[in-house]
Amino acid sequence: MEPVMAIAVGLMYAAAIYMMLRRSIVKLVIGLMLLSNAANLLIFTSAGMTRGAPPLIPPGAVVPDGIVADPLPQALILTAIVIAFGVLAFAVVLIHRAYNILRTDNLDQMKDTDT
Amino acid sequence: MQLAVLVIYLAALITPWLFVQHQHRTAYIMALVPAVLTIWFATHIPLVAGGEVLIHEYQWIPGLDISLTMVLDGLSLMFALLICGIGTLIVLYAGAYLKGNPAQNRFLVILLAFMGSMLGLVLADNLITLFVFWELTSITSYMLIGFNHQSAEARKAALQGLIVTVAGGLALLCGLVMLASIAGSYSIQEILGSSEALTEHPLFVGMLICLLLGAFTKSAQFPFHFWLPNAMAAPTPVSAYLHSATMVKAGIYLLARLQPELGESGLWTILLSSFGAMTMLTGAFMAVRSTDLKKLLAYSTIMALGTLTLLIGIGTETAMIAFAAYLLAHSLYKGALFMLAGIVDHEAGSRDVTLLGGLRKNLPLTAILVAVAALSLAGIPPLFGFVAKELLLESMLGGAFHSFIYVFVMVASIFVVTVASVIALRPFFGTFKAPKEKEKIHEPPIAMLAGPVVLVFLSLVAGIIPGTVGSWVTLPASTAVAGGVVEGYLALWHGLNLPLLLSGISIAVGLVLFKYWDAFRSRLQVLDPIIARGPERGYFWFMDAIVWVAEWQTRILQNGSMRNYLRTIVLVFVGLTGYTLLTRYQLHWNWDVNLYFHELVTVGILVAAAIAACITHSRLGSVAAMGAVGFSVALIFILFSAPDLGITQILVETLTVILLVLVLFRLPSFSNISTTRERIRDAIVALLVGVLIMFLIMITIDVQLFEPISGYMIENSYTLAHGRNIVNVILVDYRALDTLGEIFVLALAAMGVYAMIKFNPATSPGSNHYAGTLILGEKKLAEKDIIHSLEEIHQKMLEDQNIISAGAMKDRNDNDDDDEDDSPNSSYDEDRDHDDSQAAKRKAEEHDDDAENEDKEGKKS
Repeated sequence: MEPVMAIAVGLMYAAAIYMMLRRSIVKLVIGLMLLSNAANLLIFTSAGMTRGAPPLIPPGAVVPDGIVADPLPQALILTAIVIAFGVLAFAVVLIHRAYNILRTDNLDQMKDTDT
Repeated sequence: MQLAVLVIYLAALITPWLFVQHQHRTAYIMALVPAVLTIWFATHIPLVAGGEVLIHEYQWIPGLDISLTMVLDGLSLMFALLICGIGTLIVLYAGAYLKGNPAQNRFLVILLAFMGSMLGLVLADNLITLFVFWELTSITSYMLIGFNHQSAEARKAALQGLIVTVAGGLALLCGLVMLASIAGSYSIQEILGSSEALTEHPLFVGMLICLLLGAFTKSAQFPFHFWLPNAMAAPTPVSAYLHSATMVKAGIYLLARLQPELGESGLWTILLSSFGAMTMLTGAFMAVRSTDLKKLLAYSTIMALGTLTLLIGIGTETAMIAFAAYLLAHSLYKGALFMLAGIVDHEAGSRDVTLLGGLRKNLPLTAILVAVAALSLAGIPPLFGFVAKELLLESMLGGAFHSFIYVFVMVASIFVVTVASVIALRPFFGTFKAPKEKEKIHEPPIAMLAGPVVLVFLSLVAGIIPGTVGSWVTLPASTAVAGGVVEGYLALWHGLNLPLLLSGISIAVGLVLFKYWDAFRSRLQVLDPIIARGPERGYFWFMDAIVWVAEWQTRILQNGSMRNYLRTIVLVFVGLTGYTLLTRYQLHWNWDVNLYFHELVTVGILVAAAIAACITHSRLGSVAAMGAVGFSVALIFILFSAPDLGITQILVETLTVILLVLVLFRLPSFSNISTTRERIRDAIVALLVGVLIMFLIMITIDVQLFEPISGYMIENSYTLAHGRNIVNVILVDYRALDTLGEIFVLALAAMGVYAMIKFNPATSPGSNHYAGTLILGEKKLAEKDIIHSLEEIHQKMLEDQNIISAGAMKDRNDNDDDDEDDSPNSSYDEDRDHDDSQAAKRKAEEHDDDAENEDKEGKKS
């Protein structure tokens, strides 16, 4: 499964970067979302993908039954998902605010430090 | 010895307190410190002359092989005596010279700090410690040259001196580190004697060039000599002390220190003697052209520094004897001459010899002292300068050299006789000429005369009994430089020989040249265009180039366009990571895996949705596509054993879609601004990243550099942390601090969102569109007041100095008032903001809900 996922994640990265290179700030937000999803999948895929063996300890046992998926990358991704949402919410409101003040959605017109 | 250095720094520290009570008399108290140290060092003379080397060990940073160990041998002792001895006289002199100057306090502090640094420099045994003191002398020198910081010229000269010496200092640091790594030790004492290992090492040439760059810039050797004459913008005590007797000799000191280790090398001999000879000639030539007393002396100092370098380059035993004698002689007469030049300037009001004349009646003592010191400069018996000059000529003849060096030395000695005559005769003889009135010119206070009197007296005594001075002071120094016992003696009378003849010729020709000096100088003006193209031009060119490069790279890299930044970052990432990946690792496409149809469909939807989000023209379409992406990701998490991730992703994705729908539709619809060409370019950049990530994943799967730490977590999840869901245990137990950090990030983001929505510029009173603007209305007024009052103060100052008339201020204020009345912008802004305020209020209410949602989400995770 990893080669397929590698190609998929590569394409998602490409899509994310392409959207972030647009001038429209709305497209920048879309790019940001794609990027965070792609990054999560990057970690997930790189750690190796295991089918049907979640890292859970069955009742009565002390250690999991047989080989389970690596729990550490999962924990990291869980953190990343939540933080990505925080960043996204902040970015969306920031962009909205910037648009209200500057009356432009063109990134190239937001070059000046003072407005 | 560490204590000696420390005492001077402590003296510098307490100077400000003493100054409050004693004003300029502080200098006389402070002079006691170097005076006592001079005596203390002098008591070591018999010991060191007996061939002993005193080593005081003291650890500083043992782990890095850096110590404060200090060593007193013949060379260090001679320097220490000069630094403390001349230092005493200079501090006394400065007390009188700068009397009444409110900044005298600062001057004394820096001067003493310099003295401590210089003393540390000549005593240090560790190369790094030496370097630290070396840089300290550069910095204190910078502050002393720029002492009159109101003068733009002084500031420029100070900066020039600093840049040249510190740039050399950097090269020196490289050289010292190379030296230490080749020799295996940072201690000069330990490096001694490993000369063969040094000269045969492949790094030798690079090391030598770095070391010489450091020494040459510090000691103003050609082509870096230009900073020294400019440094004469400093007050005279500084010129006398730093820029003739001590600091500029630091480079010479370093060369002498390294002579035993590196003197064997042919490259060393060639570089030192040719640059030394060149510097000597340049200095002598430029001195003859000058008319400013201090410039004359500065150029003749450059000449002397060149001579010293040449002598180290020659490297024979006679040259070593000559080196120590010449160094001592030069410090004695040049220190005196600078102080005397300061007296002439102070009393007669000018330093230009063409504006001075006939001062001997008003300044009889000064005239005599200048005459005697100048005799030593010219090398005329029975002064010590003569002894040194004889030795110089003797070692020149003894060294194996091309005849051009003989010519250089002869020309330089002729010019120096002329220079000495100009200094001694022009200001004091002939008809009276001076900017000040004749009656006002009188001898300076005793504190200013004490220095020159003592130094001239020493020159004379050393000239009369050169044997004693030689065996006590200079021969031990020569021994240290030569790295072995030197057989020799200093004498006034060497018999009738070739050096004496050459000396006689140079004196005769020099005097003839003095007679026609004015004519000679005007002839030399032909060469002015060539001199204007000298090495100093290179310095200015270099400074301009720095500014130009800075501007250029700012224009290219910091152009304010976020897309450019992103593109640059991404391409650098692709280049560096890609290069490393492909050169270090092999890529294996392992297609031998089980693929299920439902998995492929999920991944297909994911990719299709991502691409659809990029190419769609409708906002709703792209939000929907993003939803599809998010839910496909959740599905993949669930399929591949990560149920917790799947649940979280679904929750977050739902919230995200709601958020986007709420906010994105308040923004304009997608605008298509880019041209096709830009799109293709960006697509290529994006695809490069995509391909790199693909490779990265494939290679990461194959490569395992370390044993994963999750094995421990799986095994102990239940036994230690009592949890059956290992991912949850990791989040709240193993990596609980991470989770705490995550909660903080979310809280901060929520606060940011809340702030941006609540403090809407349109809804706040006194509306204008700067951030956090509730009080900006009043603040703006206050700022205006400040500007006003500053302007008034400035105006007042100008009026006090009679630069402008009192009426001018009123006119200007009237103009200001006019400006304020017709400012169309402010009223326009208010109107616009008022219109928006209703809409913004509504928005704010809606956004509050989002912020709350977010907080909940944070708690859930």
